[in-house]
Amino acid sequence: MSIFINESSKVIVQGMTGSEGTKHTRRMLASGTKIVGGVTPGEGGQVVDIDGHQLPVFNTVAEAMSATGANVSVVFVPPKFAKAAVIDAIDAAMPLVVVITEGIPVHDSASFYTYAQTKGTTQIIGPNCPGLISPGKSNVGIIPSDITGSGPIGLVSKSGTLTYQMMYELRDIGFSTAVGIGGDPVIGTTHIDCLRAFQDDPETTAIVMIGEIGGDAEERAAAFIAEYVTKPVVGYVAGFTAPEGKTMGHAGAIVSGSSGTAQGKKDALEAAGVKVGQTPSETARLLRAIMGR
Amino acid sequence: MDLFEYQARDIFEKHGVPVLAAAIATTADEAEKAATAIGGKVVVKAQVKVGGRGKAGGVKLAENPQDAREKAGAILGMDIKGHTVRTVMIAAAAPIEAEYYLSILLDRSNRTFLVMASVSGGMDIEEVAHTAPEKLAKIPVSAVDGISLAKAQEIVKAAAFPADVADQVAQVLLKLWEVFQGEDATLVEVNPVVKTKDGKVIALDGKVTLDDNADFRQPDHEALVDTAAENPLEAAAKEKGLNYVKLEGQVGIIGNGAGLVMSTLDVVAYAGEKHGGVRPANFLDIGGGASAQIMADGLAIILGDKDVKSVFVNVFGGITACDAVANGIVQALELLGPKATKPIVVRLDGNNVIEGRAILAKAAHPLIEQADTMDGAANRAAELAAK
Repeated sequence: MSIFINESSKVIVQGMTGSEGTKHTRRMLASGTKIVGGVTPGEGGQVVDIDGHQLPVFNTVAEAMSATGANVSVVFVPPKFAKAAVIDAIDAAMPLVVVITEGIPVHDSASFYTYAQTKGTTQIIGPNCPGLISPGKSNVGIIPSDITGSGPIGLVSKSGTLTYQMMYELRDIGFSTAVGIGGDPVIGTTHIDCLRAFQDDPETTAIVMIGEIGGDAEERAAAFIAEYVTKPVVGYVAGFTAPEGKTMGHAGAIVSGSSGTAQGKKDALEAAGVKVGQTPSETARLLRAIMGR
Repeated sequence: MDLFEYQARDIFEKHGVPVLAAAIATTADEAEKAATAIGGKVVVKAQVKVGGRGKAGGVKLAENPQDAREKAGAILGMDIKGHTVRTVMIAAAAPIEAEYYLSILLDRSNRTFLVMASVSGGMDIEEVAHTAPEKLAKIPVSAVDGISLAKAQEIVKAAAFPADVADQVAQVLLKLWEVFQGEDATLVEVNPVVKTKDGKVIALDGKVTLDDNADFRQPDHEALVDTAAENPLEAAAKEKGLNYVKLEGQVGIIGNGAGLVMSTLDVVAYAGEKHGGVRPANFLDIGGGASAQIMADGLAIILGDKDVKSVFVNVFGGITACDAVANGIVQALELLGPKATKPIVVRLDGNNVIEGRAILAKAAHPLIEQADTMDGAANRAAELAAK
């Protein structure tokens, strides 16, 4: 088992014919993902060869789904066109849409998130995220597949590189699924959504949750953990040294007044019984101690 | 990006939000001229991106142009909570009968937009929210539907605006929505919205935050950047397309990915506690797929910071290849030559790490030290900065 994606996930790539799309389609194929086609409006009808895989290109997500049976879409479309691409996927009732694109205006992401909620048939992950990987089964996005293999740990993180770092720290144990949910102010899938899925996934026996400054998602996740999660959770929060009012790389990583601080998030998690590490390495050690590894 | 009050006022005017006549001045002379043009009593208001300027003496009523000149002379150059006043706004004075509050903002927690409205405006709204929450109406606004006339009327009713201003406030809300959506704002706040003695509803003071991600479709926004207040290192980094924030410490930081870089700052500050309180000097994210050129540009900025005593390069190669990073470091040091004098601790892991480490080992540059772990590297960089 794993969460959100597995070995039978059929994936289409929106923006596959662009340079980023092609590069990452190649990497996803190399890690065993079942890529079944791509979508680029106006370029439908052709078949592109990517490392010996003949991949059909469609004009719309609906066409791609009916021709290929795809049930996951990954979006590499530039910010300017990302909203239209995601709306296209929602209109086609694509079950899972993973938006890798960084730099989408928040009015656009708020709009497609709201639209998806109204339709009720699409789960969005991201935007501004590295995607997710169930090692050995499927890899949707840009997470390197060679860091570690499958195992019992579930990981949810706002940050891409901290996801990689944590997978590397715990590479001898392995992961059921690692989900990068993204660092934007409005994201489709939250820590809570992933925590719930990991709690319900029989293969996952322990959870690592990585947060960072900005918003109150970690505080909410802490309340959810106290109420719902019985599996052990360790946490890490980045941004203790971030000054107030400065955006730290991620559009959503900003301390506003006294809200969104790393200390507030750490306190909330600890109050919920989550052990929080002071560095990524210490966080990994805390998990090892709990798992007896 | 947060705007100055006068920039918010101009944007309001552009979208038809009722505002008072106003002009800006950077000298006492200009202030006098502006006051003459406006006529009558005026208010001289310090333009700073921080609250509490009234209490600090940054807002003064002037009886006539000569008085405006004197008041502006006193306010210009003032320091308000660390912000130097470089500009004042001269605005017509309005006879005020009532003060209200209106804002539209991004509600991150609920992933939607939110309108806040109150008939108790003029004061600190957080105070109102705290002491008398029933006086602050909070109405969610769908990012798909926005604010229609019916929605505006619903808000006016929820906040219990008096009947004689209800229609005008609803119209103001519609215009503020135009500002919020049309300008890609994440905050539009008017405090106060006033009712004048002759019954008009006017936006008297405004706060606007714009979404930098929307710059590609908001060409006018570039002109709103306050270049005078920009840190020179931050400006130089921006020119190179680097994501850099200047901090107060001594250890220069370069990493890839916002989360890892934030974490690196924390780990350095943590390690620094054992080395006389050494702290990180900056945030610098070279991003995914960083090239040798980007690495070289980043290193040049950091080594140009006189506060920096040591540098910590922390890269976990996902898409970024460690050999490209290593080449970038070596090239940057060649370019900088004798100007590079600070020790650089490098920790590489992930994609092409063996090649990356080998390149640095082969270069055998006297300033470069390699470390195996992030915590170990942070400790060493802090130790070197404390020397």
